[in-house]
Amino acid sequence: MTRPAYSRLLRAGLVLGAFSLCFGVVAGARAQTELLNVSYDPTRELYRDINAAFLAEWNAKHPDKKIATIRQSHGGSGAQARTVIDGLNADVVTLALAGDIDAVAERSKKLPLDWQKRLPHNSSPYTSTIVFLVRKGNPKAIKDWGDLVKPGVQIITPNPKTSGGARWNYLAAWAYAEKAFNKDDAKIRDYIGKLLANVPVLDTGARGATTTFTQRGIGDVFLSWENEAFLALKEFGTDKFDIVVPSPSILAEPPVALVDGNVDAKKTREQAQAYLEFLYTPKAQAIIARNFYRPRNPEAADAKDIANFPKVELVTIDDVFGGWKKAQPTHFGDGGTFDQLYKPAR
Amino acid sequence: MSDATLPSAAATPPRSASRARSESPVVQVALIAISLAFLLLFLLLPLVTVFVEAAAKGWEAYRAAITEPDALAAIRLTLLVAAIAVPFNIIVGIAAAWAIAKFEFRGKDLLISLIDLPFSVSPVISGLVFVLLFGAQGYFGPWLQANDLKIVFALPGLILATVFVTFPFVARELIPHMQSLGSADEEAALTLGASPWRVFFAVTLPNVKWSLFYGVLLCNARAMGEFGAVAVVSGKIRGLTNTMPLHIEILYNEYMGAAAFAVASLLAGLALVTLVLKTLLEWRYGDAIAASGRH
Repeated sequence: MTRPAYSRLLRAGLVLGAFSLCFGVVAGARAQTELLNVSYDPTRELYRDINAAFLAEWNAKHPDKKIATIRQSHGGSGAQARTVIDGLNADVVTLALAGDIDAVAERSKKLPLDWQKRLPHNSSPYTSTIVFLVRKGNPKAIKDWGDLVKPGVQIITPNPKTSGGARWNYLAAWAYAEKAFNKDDAKIRDYIGKLLANVPVLDTGARGATTTFTQRGIGDVFLSWENEAFLALKEFGTDKFDIVVPSPSILAEPPVALVDGNVDAKKTREQAQAYLEFLYTPKAQAIIARNFYRPRNPEAADAKDIANFPKVELVTIDDVFGGWKKAQPTHFGDGGTFDQLYKPAR
Repeated sequence: MSDATLPSAAATPPRSASRARSESPVVQVALIAISLAFLLLFLLLPLVTVFVEAAAKGWEAYRAAITEPDALAAIRLTLLVAAIAVPFNIIVGIAAAWAIAKFEFRGKDLLISLIDLPFSVSPVISGLVFVLLFGAQGYFGPWLQANDLKIVFALPGLILATVFVTFPFVARELIPHMQSLGSADEEAALTLGASPWRVFFAVTLPNVKWSLFYGVLLCNARAMGEFGAVAVVSGKIRGLTNTMPLHIEILYNEYMGAAAFAVASLLAGLALVTLVLKTLLEWRYGDAIAASGRH
């Protein structure tokens, strides 16, 4: 290569670099109405269906205010709340528990602290609960919470610090213990400590934990969202796993909320509000049941889907723990009961 | 590098004959066997698995996985980020290497250590610092929001994180080479009346073009493959801020193993192209490379 040719090549490279920079700026500036739904881990399949149904309905009714796409972001509920606090431009948050949206409201100040009163049913268009997923035939004979602390039982659950599902798991176990040991604090703590000692890995989110149990084959019992357990049966076949329903479980209410600060800046309030309200319509409630979440309005759903849900005795977080505002700092805050009782295996 | 040069050093008698003879053939064979087994088990096997898994559900499924809109968006984004981050690092890398190799100044050692910083810092931290600086709760967050500028959870953040993580590659390749060359050529050119720019483009740059090329290849491979730092600043919005490595993780977590490996095979394919390109050029311009003192 001659020298002038070489320098010409370099100049061409510089021009190319400048060009791609301009292209990047242009690509970033494209503007269309888009909604961003920041959600927790197991709702990937649910919102794929919901978004398609909502887009079809909204765009047919409002040709002047069309929504181009609804973007999704998924991860552990606590981690997702953290990204919204750090500035991720979510129009709506659909997280695993009220405590995480409380954190967004408190720290980002982009939505009012009483956000949960703005939509029906504590702003939770669907509920779920915690069940046990065990290997086919239930080889370790796990029937109820009491069996989890038997020596040699490996339990898979994600990390309550980052995962909403794990916090429901933890509180469901606590609620059981409170009842079983008649509110004897020392015995409850002993039980939870033994349970945590049987956990070999703590994944950050529910989906990661599901993969650990189903695909990597680790653990005897997986404390799982009911919807996540059904989905695993659907993906891997009913010949691999069984669902065990524990005696009491907890009524998990994953709430949804508008992020006022963001929708006002993006001028998407009307669309975002309609999106959340759509979740309560019979059409959406049917989709919700089909994706293994318990709908608030079972009549709207296919009776076959409803028949899937086993009868469980459900306690609520308000009754047992006095709501998330109390449960969050007591159990999952820095130095809370989880920090006191969890000792990583060495 | 060291395990790759072991067998070839033993195979070229003129330079290493004395050393090879002093070691028993058993040791020689054992060393070759160990490095070969290691390469097969830890490098080749996983790579083959990627392609086998990708092909598991047939050609149609493969095509569908890589032409699906979110996958295409991820591929475009990855290429765009690399197309901006790599040229940037080339320019700054050359400038830094030139300054360090050809000039004496105070704080030079500090500059060299700083260049290595991205190598020694975990990528997660590299991502987090940008969130701490430019996030809504960060130092510049309120100002950015007031001016409607987005850095983290958008393209600029992805580029910043990638530039940070891949910065050392070009500079690290160039510095030792430029140092070993000294500045005699440049001084000669200057005495012959060449302008400093002319000296740079006609003498300095051609002298180090092979190191530069290696640096660019490595920089590009890492820019496309970076996961940790990018994951922190991405926000993981599908079709918008998901790069290929993040898209692969998402697909795998959605029980779409074959699709995940299909996209992974593309990424691995890019790495293989890089490798082939490097080998091809070494073979074609072997003499020139040897003459320029590289390898």
